[in-house]
Order: sequence, then structure tokens, then C-alpha cells
Amino acid sequence: MKEHNIEVLERDFQAKIDNDIKIEPKDWMPDEYRQTLIRQISQHAHSEVVGMLPEGNWITRAPNLRRKAVLLAKVQDEAGHGLYLYSAAETLGADREQTIDDLHSGKAKYSSIFNYPTLSWADMGAVGWLVDGAAIMNQVPLCRCSYGPYARAMVRVCKEESFHQRQGFEIMTTLAQGTAEQKAMAQDALNRFWWPALMMFGPPDEDSKHTKQSMDWKIKRHTNDELRQMMVDITVPQAELIGLTIPDPDLKWNKEKGGYDFGEINWDEFWQVVKGNGPCNKDRIETRRKAKENGAWVREAANAFAEKRKLRNTKKAS
Amino acid sequence: MNALFEYLLRLGDDSLILGHRLSEWCGHGPILEEDIAMTNLSLDLIGQATSFLKYAGEVEGKSRNEDDLAFLRFEREYKNLLLVERPNQNFGATMMRQFLFDAYRKLFFERLVHSTDSQLSAIAAKSLKETKYHLKHSSEWVIRLGDGTEESHEKMQSALDDLWKYSAELFYQDDVDEDLIENGIIPAVDAIKGEWDVLVRNVLEQATLIIPSNNWEQVGGRKGIHSEHLGYILAELQYMQRAYPGMKW
Repeated sequence: MKEHNIEVLERDFQAKIDNDIKIEPKDWMPDEYRQTLIRQISQHAHSEVVGMLPEGNWITRAPNLRRKAVLLAKVQDEAGHGLYLYSAAETLGADREQTIDDLHSGKAKYSSIFNYPTLSWADMGAVGWLVDGAAIMNQVPLCRCSYGPYARAMVRVCKEESFHQRQGFEIMTTLAQGTAEQKAMAQDALNRFWWPALMMFGPPDEDSKHTKQSMDWKIKRHTNDELRQMMVDITVPQAELIGLTIPDPDLKWNKEKGGYDFGEINWDEFWQVVKGNGPCNKDRIETRRKAKENGAWVREAANAFAEKRKLRNTKKAS
Repeated sequence: MNALFEYLLRLGDDSLILGHRLSEWCGHGPILEEDIAMTNLSLDLIGQATSFLKYAGEVEGKSRNEDDLAFLRFEREYKNLLLVERPNQNFGATMMRQFLFDAYRKLFFERLVHSTDSQLSAIAAKSLKETKYHLKHSSEWVIRLGDGTEESHEKMQSALDDLWKYSAELFYQDDVDEDLIENGIIPAVDAIKGEWDVLVRNVLEQATLIIPSNNWEQVGGRKGIHSEHLGYILAELQYMQRAYPGMKW
């Protein structure tokens, strides 16, 4: 293609973005826009699928039948989100198998929060309340993302996430109003998940290498620090409401900014977990890799059967 | 002993324990679509268990609810089939276990719908809809894997060889059943054996699998004599209720 043409295409593309017209799979788009989206959407898909594991860890031990059914439904929703996100990535030309192999080889990332272990039933509450809460904060703006298929997938995902967040908060509320043991269990879960949940928004704005371009392309609508501040401001009163304490001695209402000031995040821990040194990184990937490996014979057999059936049908027809 | 209570435990425990086994797959399925499908099966079964055990508690009249019954009995008091407590092993074995059970459950619910007991009939009507879908899903996988590759065929034949001896218990009948059958509350399960045979043989034939010649029948679950596996299932299932007695969750 001539350079002149590319300039025209780029100008038209940016005009669409500026006028809030969605980019659709068959539209021309700059290669970096495509790559950025593939990276982000497949990371998001992996996060949903790896995210099934810490909660799946408590399904067989859920304390009653209702909680068991709700948890099953929730983890099933996450698998469903994984599916539509992989499909959204496919509309950009990504190959689902290749994307999954990249996860297993460590090339592709997923949300670091899932590298923390779920150690008690209260963690099902904390994960729903804080982790899904942070996910919603990140994802609601994505419903207005410039790429059509991703934006539309997010509309449905957000509806379900909001149910997840509420059920998590309901678990925490029940525990906080329960016996001393239950309250301690809830507080311990909050202590362990608070800081990792704040890290979910990614590095501080000055260290975020993708933010500016993503905002220009309207893939992203708020910076990491803006979203983190929103999360703190919404969550602190919720904790107060149920009588739990946010594990941050520096947390203080700042009247001038109309938000909370909060303590420093341990970014060293964040980068260590991203690099693979979290408590569960190896286990999570190993579990997913094994699921794929143990299922290889099933997929081969299903393909072989489909081939045989096709052959039989052609024979019958002729 | 209240026969209806005892019978409801049998139905509830079948759903509960099989639902538990299926839930162990969550996050480990061979493909994401099947992860979702198995979670769905599990959800349906946990729902059925809830209905049957809730009703059992009402029938018993000792103010035990569905959670008390699901989480606070001892091993010998569980009345599920031995088949449903068999370990998952691999996806093929899980589908074979599911198929043998679904075929029986579908035929059973089709008759239980006509129960003179309106509660049972209502639970059966809802469960039948679910079970028809379960049977379609498990039959298709049995055929696909049985007639897939050499490896998958071997795995499915070995699953059938292992599980076949537990299928006789599907039609187990004793004095608990007698009065209930006479009063039209439950169907006689021995009467559906013939139809089950036809259904199962038809699918296994399409799957190119051979019913084992060893026709030994392993029973015990209905009387509370289980395999060693059940104890471990209960250790997980009951953990929270045993560790923190009497709390609300």
C-alpha cells in the first residue's frame, strides 16, 4: 500500500475514534491498535480462566448448599467470560490455541491477583467483594471501549460481575455479623486481599507504559491511579458499614480532594508477582497446563469422530 | 423407620454425591466448553439434592433442614448408589458414569412425575427436564469417545469394564420401596430395567463398546455400606459444618 493511502486510513481511523464510532473487526486499524487489543483481551480471557482456580478451590468445601450453588454458578460465569473474550480476540485474528499456549509458556500474562491463595471460606467473600469489585471498576469503562466486540462483551460481563461483587459482599456481611471466629476469618481475608486488590489497577501512572496510547485510542478511559482512587473511595465506607477494618494505618479522608489518602503500595511485591514469584504462580499455570494436557486425547477423539461421521455421511449420500 | 424419608435420602444423596464429584472438575475440564457443561450438571444435581433433602427433612419432622441432612450425617447414614461415588478418573470415565446414571434417572423421573405425592411429582417434573439434557450430553460423549481414536476407545472400554458392576444397584429394591410402590408414591425401579437395557445397549453399540461378560453385581450404597471413597468426599463436603458447628453462612 502506498504511504499516502496509509495516511488516509490512519486519519479516517482516528476520526472514528474521536467521534466515538466503534471500530469493527473488518475495519482497517493500525497494527499496534490490533496488537494492543489482542494483548489486552487475551490477558483478560486468561484472567477469567485462571481466576476460576482460587474460587474453584472452595466449591467442594462450601459451607451449605445455597453457597455451593452460588459459587458454582459464579465460577461457571467466569468460564463463560473466558469464552467470549477468546472469541473477541479471535475477531482480531488471534488464534485461541496459540493464545492459550502463550499463557502456559509464561509469555502471556493474567491478573496477578489470582496468584494469591484462597485460605479460608472468607476468601470467597473477599474475592467477590474486592477482586470482582476492582474488576468492575476496570471493566465498566471498557463497555465504551472503541473496539466494538470488546465493548459489547463487556456489557454482559459487567452485569454478571456486579452480581459476583454483591454475593461476595453478602458473604463478608454474614461473617462480620456472625461469631467472633467468623468475624476474625473475614478480617483476616480482608487483610490479605486488600493490597493485592489495589494492585489490580496496575502500576502507578508514571510507570504505566501502555496507558497514554490506550487512552488516545479510547481503549482505556481512566488511568490506573484514577481507578484505584475510585476503588478506595467506594470500598472504605462498605468496610465501615460491616465493621471491618481496612489494613492501612495511613488511610485518611482528605476533605480537599474529596477522597481518601491511602498508604504506599508495595510495588516491589507487585513486580515480583508479575515476574512469577507470587505464592501460586507456578501452581496456577501447572494446573491449567495439566488440564489441557489431560484433555488432549478427548479433543483428538472428538475430531477423529467428527471426521468419521463426515465420511460416513458422504458415503451414504453417494 | 419412615419409608418415604429413607427413600428421599436415597434420591437426595445420589444427586448430592454425583454433584460433588462433578464439581471437582471445575477449572480442570478438557476444554472450556466442557468445564462449563460439567459445572452445569453439578449445579442441576445440587439443586435436585436441595429439593429432595428439604422434603426429607419435612417428612421426618425432626426440624432438620436440607443442610443438616447434607452436611451432618455420618457415612453409614448416606444412601447413595456406589456408582455416583466412583472417582472421576478421566473425562471419559466421568462421562461413562454419568451416562449409566442419566439413563436410569431419565426413565425413573418419567415415571416419578406421575407420583401420587404432589411434592415428589413436582420435583420430578423439574428434574426430568434437566436429566433429558444430561443424558443427551453424556450419550453423545460416550459415542464420540468410544468411536473416536484407538486411545479413546480403550479408555472408554476400560471405564465401562470398571463401572458396569455398579449398574445393578440402579435397580435395587427392598422393603423401603414396597409400601411406597403400592401407594403409587414411587415407581418400581425393577420395571424400568428392561428399557434401561435397551437404551444403554443402543448407545454402547454406537460407541463400539462391549458390555463386560463378568456380571458380578456390587451393591451396598442403599444400605449405607459404601466404598472407601465416600469418607473422603464427606471429609471435604462437611469440613466447614464440622469445624464451625452451628454457625450461619
